[in-house]
Amino acid sequence: MTPASVPPETTGGPSVGAPMVMAQGVRKSFGPLEVLQGIDLEVGRGQVMCIIGPSGSGKSTFLRCINHLEKIDGGRLVVDGEMVGYRQRGRRLHELKEREVARRRAEVGMVFQHFNLFPHLTALQNVTIGPINVKGESKEEAKSRALGLLERVGLADKAASYPRQMSGGQQQRVAIARALAMEPKLMLFDEPTSALDPELVGDVLEVMRSLAEDGMTMVVVTHEIGFAREVGDTLVFMDAGVVIESGPPRQVLAGPREERTKTFLSRLL
Amino acid sequence: MPRRSPTSPVVERLTGRRRLARRDRASGDGLEVVPVRHPGRWVVVAFLCVLVAMLVHTLFFSHVYTNGIRRPRFDWSTIDHFFGSSQVLQALVVTIELTVLAMAGGIVLGIIVAIMRLSPNPIVSNCAWVYIWFFRGTPVLVQLLFWFNINVIFPKVSLGIPFGPSLFSVDMQTAMTPFLAATVGLVLNEGAYMSEIVRAGIVSVDPGQIEAAQSLGMRRLAAMRLVVLPQAMRVILPPTGNETISMLKTTSIASVVSLFELTYTAENIAAANYKPIPLYITVSLWYLMITSIMMVGQYYLERHYARGSVRQLPPTPLQRLRRGLLIRPDGRGGFGRFPGVIGVEGAPVMLPEDDR
Repeated sequence: MTPASVPPETTGGPSVGAPMVMAQGVRKSFGPLEVLQGIDLEVGRGQVMCIIGPSGSGKSTFLRCINHLEKIDGGRLVVDGEMVGYRQRGRRLHELKEREVARRRAEVGMVFQHFNLFPHLTALQNVTIGPINVKGESKEEAKSRALGLLERVGLADKAASYPRQMSGGQQQRVAIARALAMEPKLMLFDEPTSALDPELVGDVLEVMRSLAEDGMTMVVVTHEIGFAREVGDTLVFMDAGVVIESGPPRQVLAGPREERTKTFLSRLL
Repeated sequence: MPRRSPTSPVVERLTGRRRLARRDRASGDGLEVVPVRHPGRWVVVAFLCVLVAMLVHTLFFSHVYTNGIRRPRFDWSTIDHFFGSSQVLQALVVTIELTVLAMAGGIVLGIIVAIMRLSPNPIVSNCAWVYIWFFRGTPVLVQLLFWFNINVIFPKVSLGIPFGPSLFSVDMQTAMTPFLAATVGLVLNEGAYMSEIVRAGIVSVDPGQIEAAQSLGMRRLAAMRLVVLPQAMRVILPPTGNETISMLKTTSIASVVSLFELTYTAENIAAANYKPIPLYITVSLWYLMITSIMMVGQYYLERHYARGSVRQLPPTPLQRLRRGLLIRPDGRGGFGRFPGVIGVEGAPVMLPEDDR
């Protein structure tokens, strides 16, 4: 299906003022179920957007659409001035070839709920596999950068460990280092702490907080209200495939305007 | 305190009674731990001893009478004569070459076809399906005969422009030797089976792995090569070992295209000296030996691809043997019931890191 409502202007290269992520009326269906029913959102450069909502609300699907892991069925989704999955030429949208899709994905880091580290590779190899095989970096360069990144996430001593020899929190931090190794302009976090034991959540959030402080643009699907309040610039509440409300986290959390937000927050806090 | 007479730990192992070497290794208050006894094992051992004695007797000491002449039941001297004969050794080389080529070709073909079969491109995927359908659906014996007799339908194979001039041509009558026919037939057949094994391995890998690879900007084939296939190996290897061992013996059907591999050579010799049984035993021993070597190789390959999937690799039989023999006076060491955990059931003793 072709996204509807193509605006007249052609999307050019990235411009400094333009938002990093812009979603207009994004729709996505799985069979008869429409999980995204027209999402309009904007994430500015260097901003952190946290998305909360009950399970099945479509928040993870939206995140995956940004990385083209899911193909949208309607609307417009633009990352850094480039439409996700399409190239616009005049009034036509050309679906991108795999090569192009891969090139754009390389610029967006993604962290998964279940880490998805490569179990046959050590922590160090997990971090270097992208730079070496996708960016064509030399092994030495990739390795020295990877060691730096592992140090940054506090796991310099785990470089030679395999994922199964690490705790969930350590694995997730390696996964963040792996994504950072590609030097992404945008980081997507899909419930990064939901599969972790409570006492391991803190380390992961700490790494994410320091990333945010360094000016990384982040979209975080999370249930960590505390993180959303302190680190997020915007908080979005989604339910049943639509954005119910969004705004500065403190405002949304302190005085939710919508009844559904209130109910959700009261159950969470 | 009266101490029990010291028993060697080796004897303890052999008698199945593992006594605690020191009282302080029993539970804290000095109680002795008595392991479970297994009297049934002794009964089975006694029974097996009788069976083995009977087997040895039949193999080496019994005789048969034919036309009043007494001769050994098993003609070991003939087996001994042919086992290392140049004829048999040459045939062994042919068998091994054929096995290696057929499996190498089959694995490469299998990986390609499996990836084709899982391709999002429907044309590619259907081509793979048709290939598998055909080569699994016809007997390998017939396939070999077909390739050997290909010159009947294609006396000449030439490379050139379709319906135009040919650049280069081959006379199939001379080109299709028994060895080539056997190799081509076995590779194509094995490729079809291997592709299903590889496909099973690929689909066993968590889809999240492919997504993680894609999110790093890898394309489908790169993700396959770097992420999916290495993990699929754990699932692919055991049946592949099975296929290899099976292939070693399947090469014997190359005798239908009169290739002098082990079986056909044995048949040939037997036809001349009228001693089929000793010759079949001779080649069976060779097949057994090669299979045994392959099984050792398979063990180490599987171990290699298990890295990362278990927290700690279990010791190899060699390491276990070495540890078993190096029993220290304090009773540590010996054949542990669990890898890395040595001690009596119910009271496992974790060895410090340097002891593993």
